[in-house]
Amino acid sequence: MCLAIPSKVIEIKDESTVIVDTMGSKRLVSTMLLEEPAVIGDYLLIHVGYAMQKIDEKEAAESLNLFREIENKTAQ
Amino acid sequence: MHALTHYSIHSTMEIYSDFKRKDDISRLAYVIDSEVKKTINIMEICGGHTHSIMKYGLHTILKDKINFLHGPGCPVCVMPVKRIDEAIEIADSQDVILAAYGDMMRVPGTDSSLIKERAKGKDVRMVYSPLDIIKIALDKANKDKKIVFFAIGFETTTPMTAALLEEVISRGINNVLFHVNHVLVPPPINAILDSGDNLIDGFICPGHVSVMTGSGIYNDIPDKYGKAAVIAGFEPYDILSGVLLIARQINEGRPSVEIAYKRAVKENGNMKAQALVNKYFTVRNEFEWRGFGNIPKSGLKLRDEFKDFDAEYVFKDKLKELELRSNAGRENAACKCGEILKGKSKPDDCPLFGKACNPENPVGACMVSFEGACAAYYKYRNF
Ligand code: SF4
Repeated sequence: MCLAIPSKVIEIKDESTVIVDTMGSKRLVSTMLLEEPAVIGDYLLIHVGYAMQKIDEKEAAESLNLFREIENKTAQ
Repeated sequence: MHALTHYSIHSTMEIYSDFKRKDDISRLAYVIDSEVKKTINIMEICGGHTHSIMKYGLHTILKDKINFLHGPGCPVCVMPVKRIDEAIEIADSQDVILAAYGDMMRVPGTDSSLIKERAKGKDVRMVYSPLDIIKIALDKANKDKKIVFFAIGFETTTPMTAALLEEVISRGINNVLFHVNHVLVPPPINAILDSGDNLIDGFICPGHVSVMTGSGIYNDIPDKYGKAAVIAGFEPYDILSGVLLIARQINEGRPSVEIAYKRAVKENGNMKAQALVNKYFTVRNEFEWRGFGNIPKSGLKLRDEFKDFDAEYVFKDKLKELELRSNAGRENAACKCGEILKGKSKPDDCPLFGKACNPENPVGACMVSFEGACAAYYKYRNF
């Protein structure tokens, strides 16, 4: 139920609607719940037709790298 | 360091695949295994986590160290029979179109389910999004109908219902009503911890609820109950990161709320969504949960000023009749969903599991939704 799917913004329709690409399929989603306007190229988390939040790519990278470093040290 | 430092996401696919790479997962499992001294009991609250744990076999990879208890975080599973009976009763009116999310359609009420009612000719429609409700409402063929949205979900989904109401009001649409079944995550956690008789050492807190609410809603878990609380995403790497942080909190004796899903969860959550929810909803004195009974302050309803949109108000006479009928609101006595949702039983403890109760023919709600513990066990158990 609380599933939310990361999708890439590929077109801005109007101030509260964008088209996203979700692993190859395109759909309209509402951005009225987003705190900042979406721009093309953003990754959004989509739930029941609405964007919930932008995905922070820097944090995504950090969380992967952080554990990789720690694990490398521990696993040695 | 190596090239990973310059990591960036190039496609939606990578957001998934990078968090389920086998070598990362086994290294993380290795670290957890070496850091956990004695078995810890972790309740994952969200049904999405339950599903991922079963799908990727995380419960077997770590079986000597981590015992996963499945919690009350599947909104379909916790919906009491009474509320489904109410939806069926409302759908019985000639001029009503009852709209519900797919999973909800198959959950058994006392005598029927929404999907069975549809087969009998009632106008029951499955929707994927509250936005579908607008389309149904604006369709000329439906202008004399009342479209009743059976609104369910936790803090993740409530903002979308609020967004629908906002749109209904701003566009002057006058044929949409709401049967509100939105529930809150913290009250059942407190109910479980207050009951005292549980084994839980820490919680994996729901990722997408937290995207909306922020991390503050879990403060009671460490502050009042002294247990670990880590918010995690849904890929195996995310869940194991959460498990590792819980293990470290326990080892170091410093229970706190931590976020292991920072790419999506901000400390304050989505404040715009929170404001919209506050504008339209208020907390009920109590709400019934399957297996728990009534939990104080655990559900939402529309604020009084929006009661003309509230199906419970508009259909109050019909619902009163339903309440007076003696057999309404009964759950199947053999179903152990209630115990499973409290983390006291597992699906295989239920005598009906995989026999009288299966996804084709669910006896209880935990077998309906793919997030339900029984459905996840059924799908991924190894025969
Ligand atoms: S297997 Fe079916 S009857 Fe048993 S607890 Fe699960 S949903 Fe209920």
